[in-house]
Amino acid sequence: MMARVNLLLLATLIGCALALVTSQHQARRLFVELQREQERAKQLEVEWGQLQLEQRTWAMHGRVEKIATEQLHMRVAPASRVEVVPGAKP
Amino acid sequence: MSATAPARVALRLPAWRARLLLLVLLAWFAALAGRAFYLQRLHDDFLQQKGESRYSRVIELSATRGMIVDRNKEPLAISTPVESVAASPADIQITPEQTARLAQLLATSAGEVQRKLADTRREFVYLKRQLPPEQAASVVQLGIKGVFLQREYRRYYPAGDVMAHVIGFTDINDRGQEALELAFDDTLAGRPGSRRVIKDRLGHIIEDVESIQRPENGATLALALDTRLQYLSSRELRKAVAEHRASAGGIVVLDATSGEILAMANLPSYNPNNRGHFDPRRTRNRTATDLFEPGSTLKPFTAAAALEAGAVRPESMIQTAPGQMTIGKRTIHDAHPQGMLTVAEVIQKSSNVGAAKLALALPAETLWKLFSGVGFGAPPESGFPGEVSGRLRAHKSWRPIEQATMSYGHGISVSLLQLARAYTIFATDGTLQPVTLIKRTAPPQPTRVVSAETARAVRAMLELAVQPGGTAPRAQVAGYRVAGKTGTARKIEGKGYAANKYVSAFVGFAPVSAPRLVIAVMIDEPTAGQYYGGAVAAPVFSRVAAEALRLLGVAPDAPITQVQLPSPAVPEIREEV
Repeated sequence: MMARVNLLLLATLIGCALALVTSQHQARRLFVELQREQERAKQLEVEWGQLQLEQRTWAMHGRVEKIATEQLHMRVAPASRVEVVPGAKP
Repeated sequence: MSATAPARVALRLPAWRARLLLLVLLAWFAALAGRAFYLQRLHDDFLQQKGESRYSRVIELSATRGMIVDRNKEPLAISTPVESVAASPADIQITPEQTARLAQLLATSAGEVQRKLADTRREFVYLKRQLPPEQAASVVQLGIKGVFLQREYRRYYPAGDVMAHVIGFTDINDRGQEALELAFDDTLAGRPGSRRVIKDRLGHIIEDVESIQRPENGATLALALDTRLQYLSSRELRKAVAEHRASAGGIVVLDATSGEILAMANLPSYNPNNRGHFDPRRTRNRTATDLFEPGSTLKPFTAAAALEAGAVRPESMIQTAPGQMTIGKRTIHDAHPQGMLTVAEVIQKSSNVGAAKLALALPAETLWKLFSGVGFGAPPESGFPGEVSGRLRAHKSWRPIEQATMSYGHGISVSLLQLARAYTIFATDGTLQPVTLIKRTAPPQPTRVVSAETARAVRAMLELAVQPGGTAPRAQVAGYRVAGKTGTARKIEGKGYAANKYVSAFVGFAPVSAPRLVIAVMIDEPTAGQYYGGAVAAPVFSRVAAEALRLLGVAPDAPITQVQLPSPAVPEIREEV
């Protein structure tokens, strides 16, 4: 009787030990993955900043205005050609 | 013969030998136990530490500097990582060919690289800071032992010279050096953190042990500025400064209802993206840190003080003939004498004698109270570092001549920002708005300076000043009612006034029916012939106001017809200097 209990406990012990090893391995693997994703997030944030910077540079008012007037021959309508439509009174 | 007895040699060893051996063995165990105790108990910390240092590392977590954005969240300053090439002279292994190649990649000479690597006791030296990533990558590809990259952040300013004076710049270590970058350095910089990790033999992090200090990224700073208005103000200012060959200029656009600074431009300017030597004449934000004598732009405040005190009414008559007035030993002049003028006409035609008479009819304290009430002589507290408070002397020390000249803006000095802010009392029915460069989240707490009736009366006078018959018909905007006042002042040089150096100014607001914008323009030392505020600064106001009101979608409050300029045959009203 006692021997059986001991055997059972031994089996449980081995089972636990193996589970511990597996979960530790799992934890490390997940941690590495987390690490990689965090690195990626940081990288993407940097890229986002750089893209914003690039967008601002392309959209610089001076540049837009220059293209609008010189290449597209756009201009602000003179006052004489503006018709004001009176808005509905709230 | 008896059997031979087994040769039992009775080995009689002395008993002490056994005891000695036992003792020795016990001593061994005691020594071992002692040693174990020493290692486990007394020397434990040191050993733990040594052991940990084999696998556990503390890594630094850098904090990124916060962005600066405008009121519409357009980025104005962004930090982005760059690589710096560093070396450890103590353990560098480099061949002469590699040195030459490295120097070539870093755009320096081989001698320079050798000089930096000469001191072999040092463990860290920068070879070149802040390289573009591709260039840094090719340095790594050389594979020189002891040369490595160090990640750093560099700040970029997409708006460049348009915003430079307000935002300022950071130094190579990403610390704020000027303007708002300096004033808000603490909140922008954030706090670097660190954490303890376990690394394996190959240097991979395999476990997070503890966070020693969480890194705090810098906060984003939202400004009150509107990039569109800023660009347009700076463009018009640039045109005017070039056209009138002026030495400098400034413009401030305020939101009349919230006191937010929508635009604040200066010339000459500089590009904050090009690091190197910055000339303080270019980096100074003149609108907040430079003082000038405001000249006639101060007359509306004199009129407001007189109206508020009940000394006059807008239609009260004042004799300005013969165009001069002697006070004590000195005489003040109107270069273009008029006759009898109403108070409204004194402002419209900008008569010095008229303004002086208004001022002298009041006790000095009344005038001083109004001037200090609108913020002259005190810093405007916009959040800009180094803003000046201007000079407004205590009324007890005023002599009559000073009181007279102060009424038309001489003997008192203000910054353009203060002047723009002071005009909010006419734009808001008598309340002074607190100004700010930072976007407001709560409505401001304005302070009442004059009654609504007084403010409206002066507003009507200021509207007259921009119509034909006033000093600034060129300030008109098609489709909108505008109001404002010109100022032309001689510059102070040494002890007196310079003969032909002027500051031309115009401060106004629009639309008059429900003022949205207060715009103050100042052109310093125009040298192309024209120097009257009505000819130099007023057109800038007109163009900025027209486009800004259109951009902000403000409904026109006047019929859209061409503005009426006085015919060339009729001489324009010249204001008094």
